[in-house]
Amino acid sequence: MNILSDWPILSIILATPLAGLLVVLLLPSRRNRWLHAAAIITTLIPLLLSCLLYSDFVNLQGVSGYEEQATWVEVPLNKETLEGVTSYKFIIQYAVGIDGLSLPLVILTALVTAMAAFASIHVKKRWKAFYAWFLLLEAGMLGVFLARDLFLFFISFELTIIAMYFLIGIWGYFNRERAANQFLIYNGIGSAVLLIAFIILVNTAGFRIEQSGNVLDFIYSGNYADLAKNMTDPTAWVNLTSEAMGGLNPFHMGDAMQWTLFVLLMVGFGIKLPIFPFHTWMLKVHTEAPPSIVMIHSGVLLKMGAYGMIRFGIYLFPEQAKAWAVVLAVLGLVNLLYGALIAFRQKDLKQVLAYSSISHMGIFLLGLAAFNEIGLQGAVFQLVSHGLISALLFLLVGSFYERTKTTELPLLGGLARSMPFMSGMLLAGGLAALGLPGLSGFIGELLSLLGLFESHPWLAGLALLGIILTAAYVLRSVLKVTFGPMDEQYAAAKDARLVEAVPMIVLLAVIILLGCYPSMLTDTLHYSYETLIHPILATRAGG
Amino acid sequence: MYEGVSFLPLTWPDMLYMAPELFLAAVFLLLVVADLLLPQKVSRLSIGWMTVAGLLGAAGFVVYRLIDLQGSGREVGQVIELLGASYVVDQFANLLKLVFLAGTALVALMALGSVKQDKDITDRAELFYLLLPAAIGAMIMASSGNLVTLYIGLELLSITSYVLVALRRRSSKSAEAAFKYVVIGGISSAFILFGMSYLYGLTGSVDLGDFRTALPEVMTSYPALMYAGFFFLIAGFAIKIAAAPFHAWAPDVYQGAPTPVSAFLAVVSKGAALAAVLRILYNSAFFISGGGGGGVKPVGNDVYLALLVLAAAAMLAGTTAALRQRQMKRLLALSGVANAGYLLVPIGLNFTTVHSSNVSEFIFYLIVYLLMTIGAFAVLTVISQAAGHEELKGFSGLYYRAPWTSAAMVVFILSLAGLPVSGGFFAKLFILMGAASAKAYWLVAIMVISSVISYYFYFAIVRQMFMRSSSEEESEIRVSAPTGIVIWLCAGATVALGLMPGLLMDWIQAIFTIRGDLLIGLG
Repeated sequence: MNILSDWPILSIILATPLAGLLVVLLLPSRRNRWLHAAAIITTLIPLLLSCLLYSDFVNLQGVSGYEEQATWVEVPLNKETLEGVTSYKFIIQYAVGIDGLSLPLVILTALVTAMAAFASIHVKKRWKAFYAWFLLLEAGMLGVFLARDLFLFFISFELTIIAMYFLIGIWGYFNRERAANQFLIYNGIGSAVLLIAFIILVNTAGFRIEQSGNVLDFIYSGNYADLAKNMTDPTAWVNLTSEAMGGLNPFHMGDAMQWTLFVLLMVGFGIKLPIFPFHTWMLKVHTEAPPSIVMIHSGVLLKMGAYGMIRFGIYLFPEQAKAWAVVLAVLGLVNLLYGALIAFRQKDLKQVLAYSSISHMGIFLLGLAAFNEIGLQGAVFQLVSHGLISALLFLLVGSFYERTKTTELPLLGGLARSMPFMSGMLLAGGLAALGLPGLSGFIGELLSLLGLFESHPWLAGLALLGIILTAAYVLRSVLKVTFGPMDEQYAAAKDARLVEAVPMIVLLAVIILLGCYPSMLTDTLHYSYETLIHPILATRAGG
Repeated sequence: MYEGVSFLPLTWPDMLYMAPELFLAAVFLLLVVADLLLPQKVSRLSIGWMTVAGLLGAAGFVVYRLIDLQGSGREVGQVIELLGASYVVDQFANLLKLVFLAGTALVALMALGSVKQDKDITDRAELFYLLLPAAIGAMIMASSGNLVTLYIGLELLSITSYVLVALRRRSSKSAEAAFKYVVIGGISSAFILFGMSYLYGLTGSVDLGDFRTALPEVMTSYPALMYAGFFFLIAGFAIKIAAAPFHAWAPDVYQGAPTPVSAFLAVVSKGAALAAVLRILYNSAFFISGGGGGGVKPVGNDVYLALLVLAAAAMLAGTTAALRQRQMKRLLALSGVANAGYLLVPIGLNFTTVHSSNVSEFIFYLIVYLLMTIGAFAVLTVISQAAGHEELKGFSGLYYRAPWTSAAMVVFILSLAGLPVSGGFFAKLFILMGAASAKAYWLVAIMVISSVISYYFYFAIVRQMFMRSSSEEESEIRVSAPTGIVIWLCAGATVALGLMPGLLMDWIQAIFTIRGDLLIGLG
């Protein structure tokens, strides 16, 4: 019996954290070790299963990805005003699926979460609640990447926000409540914008009529496959003008509405990413949230914005995206340069890394803006790579902080003497961040910029400036921490414990692995672009 | 005899159809007498339990009628109309009566759990048995088929509410609240009567069923009078609903009233007024709007637009005013203002070809609103007992002192804020879907934005509960059994509706039809 084909493997991945949550709730609240172990084991299962999926996915190229569907909510609508209609309903499906775009991100989520679970030794109070919210957060993140229904996606998206609010607000550092509040409001605005876009999408592109014999069904569905199909199908209601229907078609989506939706989606996900003027909330989160949560936030949550941009912005509205490519590129460039410049000026290591995240997300936008396959591959590669690197770096910062009680660069120095292992790791992570060949960061930047050179060579040229700045600020801060004169008070500090060292080693190993064998990731991506973006481009953008 | 008003005797079969109301009235009289005759040493809580039993009994009659109507396989238009169509027993009325009875029963339970702590209440029995005529008033409003019946129901509800608000006799706040409520309520009634008089003047009838034909005939000749009639009517009801800009009384009155009465005003009183607006407009304004067919007829459209503007104003005013509010009852009052806005949206969206599920959206939201609001008020009674006040900071460190109660409160807050997984999320989602399919995108935007603004003050409560430590000694807070039942019924149902909203929508849609259960005298 084949587990992958016979079991609802995606649902198991999604349900594991929820089951773990129940286990955690049942465990006695004073047993920190049990709770920690339960969380680690729970997070390892999705990791294992998603790696299994990966092995199978690569073998099975050419066959469509995994999908599991069931109707979750079926709301009958009043049909008294419609004559001859058998049923009129609005369906929310429990639809999960995986393709070359979401698989790497699911693995990234599972990996970073598992490593964050290992690293959660910094939690000093209310362990039970911590791990409960932690696992709920994982379920939400996995749900975001697996969901194939707009509302399932949205609900998962909101779950991560609620869980993060509690995780930041209770277990964060001194200004945690402010940070949690700011997180909630900014992300609330982002998801509100998304919700508006989703609801309009479902009311236009989500509408379809099923007819078989005398049975006439009018259906609103948020299923992604239905939406994508309707958007590309010239005979779908969404694409028929009122005149073509001989009067009224309330489901038609005009040009103006298409543009509105595209912009709404870009803004909604852009706040999450974050794109330049909307970034202030994430700086606070990076400073105030507890280390393992920052790992997840920087490693995975920011990627949800990027994923949404591709999945909903680019895939559903390729024409608009193509027309906006230059805008995206400029935004990306601003992110890249602004982030790098400010990072260079920061005195706090956490702030350096936070701005570095903004800068690296700029590269993602540049790859996206290239609007060719290689650029998109680079963009997604950059997501995964930055997820791993920033998780590693924030883990290290958290571990350093526990020993030095500060992350102020002027106060740190010479830590390589007392903590050689962690300092080495910091150096390796820094090199990966600045894009040293052989590490994953390099591939992401290379592919993104390569793609951009094809379409907007001038902008790509400017982007190189950002790469130089990146090298400057990374080396400046990493070297300041590890080398130079050491403050005497740090002489007695102990190097990493095993629970800290394991996630560091694993993350670095994956970074090196992807750096040496980028095809591990690009192959799955290639497969998805073949099937997804090309037909859309061919039919909608005219080839 | 006035033209258009006829007086018919109440027959025995009629009384059978009015069994829920008559039963409640009988229980009420019984309890009044019992309160007088029972010796002082008998606890007045027993009257409270009998009130709950009476409400559940009445609900049983309603359920019987509801099943009977559904099972009779009746044709569209076969509605039970009593006393010359002045009293209508249809599924719209039955559904709402169930909601009102359930809401009042929960309020009575909450009162059972909290009345002992409130030293300002001198006559506990009154708090219970006065809920009954108020509930009867709400039920009459849901069932009324003409304006006079409606007004009688409204006054029965209102006058009883004035007394209920004033029950904390030793508190000057309560007296102040009751006085304000009497004055404002009087103005509201005056507005409603004034509006009704115009409609009567235009149509020569007070029967809702006659408006359908009479209003379109006179619309072109007297549009100004018609606007005046409808707008006064809406303004009057907007005061009862506490929709901005007619909401200023709500925080004061809720604050002064006993907490269970605040919950009653927030849920049942508001729901009954909304139901009345829904029923009146779809029997009148609908037929002089574009939706009635026969070309564009602007008066009805403007009436509906006015409702939508009112809804938008209520949502924005309620949420922004609540931002700086630290008194919990005032905060919940303002949250009720915002929720009144949401509830007005499905009423204000006219029926269109592609969107006619307004009523099921409305009832679903009303049920969810009932659960989360009564639940939140019930938690508040627990907190105010422990803290001795009703300020936001009373919630501080609740997680340490009552972890389960704070978990339930999180459910209510998520639902109020419209976040998953809760009934509130789907309730808002369905209304948003309706507004979007009616192409009212500006309203979609306002609804979503006001939800986000509301995160700020709802999550301030979460912050107090989970992120602050309690200033007082960390003793566990005890929750009395009736209050516990209310909290957990509400929390459980809110979560259940968040997981399986389809079941309730299915049920409403299965028993409700517009032609048969909302419009009057349409055969």
